[in-house]
Amino acid sequence: MSSVISISKLAKHYQVPEREAGLKAAAKGLFKRTYKTVKAVDGISFEIQPGEVVGFLGPNGAGKTTTLKMLSGLLYPTSGGVSVLDYEPSKRSHDYLRQITLVMGNRNQLSWDLPALDSFDLQRAIYSIPADDFKRTRDEFIEMLDLKDLVQKPVRNLSLGERMKMEIVGALLHKPKILFLDEPTLGLDVTMQKRIRTFIAEYNKRYDATVLLTSHYMADVEALCRRVIVIHHGRLLFDGDLSKLVEKFSAFKTVGFTLSNPVADLSQYGEVVSVDGLRVTMRVPKEKTSAVTTRLLNELVVDDLTVEAIPIEDVIESVFSVQKEAME
Amino acid sequence: MKRYIDFYLSSMKLAVLEQWQYPIANYFYMIGMIAEPVIYMVVWSTVATQQGGMVGGYTPGAFAAYYIVWTLVRNMNVVFTPYGWEWRIRQGQLSMSLMRPIHPLHYDVSYFAGWKIIVIILWIPLAFALSFFFKPDLHPTLIQGAVFFFAIWFAYLIRTMTLSLLGMVTFWTTRVSALFELYFAAELVLSGRLVPLSLMPDWVQRLAWFFPFRWAFGFPIESLVGNMATNDLLLGLGMQLAWIISGAVAVSLIWKVAIRRFSAVGG
Repeated sequence: MSSVISISKLAKHYQVPEREAGLKAAAKGLFKRTYKTVKAVDGISFEIQPGEVVGFLGPNGAGKTTTLKMLSGLLYPTSGGVSVLDYEPSKRSHDYLRQITLVMGNRNQLSWDLPALDSFDLQRAIYSIPADDFKRTRDEFIEMLDLKDLVQKPVRNLSLGERMKMEIVGALLHKPKILFLDEPTLGLDVTMQKRIRTFIAEYNKRYDATVLLTSHYMADVEALCRRVIVIHHGRLLFDGDLSKLVEKFSAFKTVGFTLSNPVADLSQYGEVVSVDGLRVTMRVPKEKTSAVTTRLLNELVVDDLTVEAIPIEDVIESVFSVQKEAME
Repeated sequence: MKRYIDFYLSSMKLAVLEQWQYPIANYFYMIGMIAEPVIYMVVWSTVATQQGGMVGGYTPGAFAAYYIVWTLVRNMNVVFTPYGWEWRIRQGQLSMSLMRPIHPLHYDVSYFAGWKIIVIILWIPLAFALSFFFKPDLHPTLIQGAVFFFAIWFAYLIRTMTLSLLGMVTFWTTRVSALFELYFAAELVLSGRLVPLSLMPDWVQRLAWFFPFRWAFGFPIESLVGNMATNDLLLGLGMQLAWIISGAVAVSLIWKVAIRRFSAVGG
């Protein structure tokens, strides 16, 4: 199967002016400006197959949004190759733009003062969607996101989560084949995040769309993406199954148990993370988990015991810290 | 073509709906805008009366006609400003516009054209009120009326093109207010906004011929209130069209270079 997104040694470098603080430096800067090259994206390569939902992870400033902007044609790459649906995004051909969408959690394109229905109609005209098709898709999305009672209210009167759902409907009315989602659940409560995740998953299933998603909420990634791509300082750190990422970067498991009586020293069993009354949480090397739990149950009076994988947030954090140490 | 007509109509409809939400705000904006021509009208009418009833061929009634039509042309001249370009780049709104399979300029032209419909509706009672107080001397012929209709829309397009070109400077630097101010100062003198161009020295009138300002402001007013011959009216429309076409070509060429510099800083 040929990939729908293919990038090869993609780079985006910026020349950023810099100078020291103070009047002298400011005066000097009038005659001679110095620039620093910032490598926002530094030679990354990956391919994405049709219908895949891929999590694109990295800390702030890692180069995720810059990459999405190059993929969607907003930015010209400094070097490297980009191909999406066999188009060169930076040419911004209208045929290409009709097949993609970019949703940014902090941006909106709906008219603030009007009901979303009016803005949806403008989307219909922009994308030349046939009237019947438009109405069918619009009503389908409204139902999927449970927006029927809200589409006639001015957008300014909607909550952040309701607005975001409307934005997503507006961005998908033309049924794009490729979705670039940049923090689509930013600032939303847990229920609203879940609703949007379910919708994205359903859209992916119904239309066999390809999704590249950035999110700082690992729940989004866990719920939607089997594969993740991790970048840091513009470089690719990991590309593969989410489960493999956990396997590779998580050497520990979390063991939680409740004791019947207090015990003075538990360090012989593992690293104590927290003690809350009789409830203890401990970090144990993965390969020793079964031995440690057996010992705990045999040697102590334990009311209950749970073994959990390290939260994905902590795994990602450890990926970044490994990279940081490697660079220092 | 059908696609563009549909887009223009939808976008104009959206502008009408949006602006109709705030009729009072729009009205106060327009009332604020007529303070400027009322001052000019009072000053020049006083000067004309003191000089025996006429200055440079303008009677107080002719000045009243000039400045009342001025109010409509000024409103038709309101377009997406360079400050707006600066704002939309900084706020990341341009990124969203660029994701659409239609040039952002089409949205600017159609949205503001829709807004003009509200402006014209709101302007009519204001024009009647001004006419009641200042007694304009206005007797346009049918052909003048027809030329004026096209001239005000052409003026709108000329100003859209020129201010878009100016706005695109923000792709190179985001601090261009000083340049904008220089442009607006030149426009004030060479357009016929401050005073009818026929009252300006000959060299200013000759200079004004070669800039777009006159064709976006003075000419539409003169086409209705002046005594221009049909040939001059048609020549004026021709000049307007030439500025629109050259403006559109320049926008298209500069856009291609400018967009490569876009760094999507605001999102």
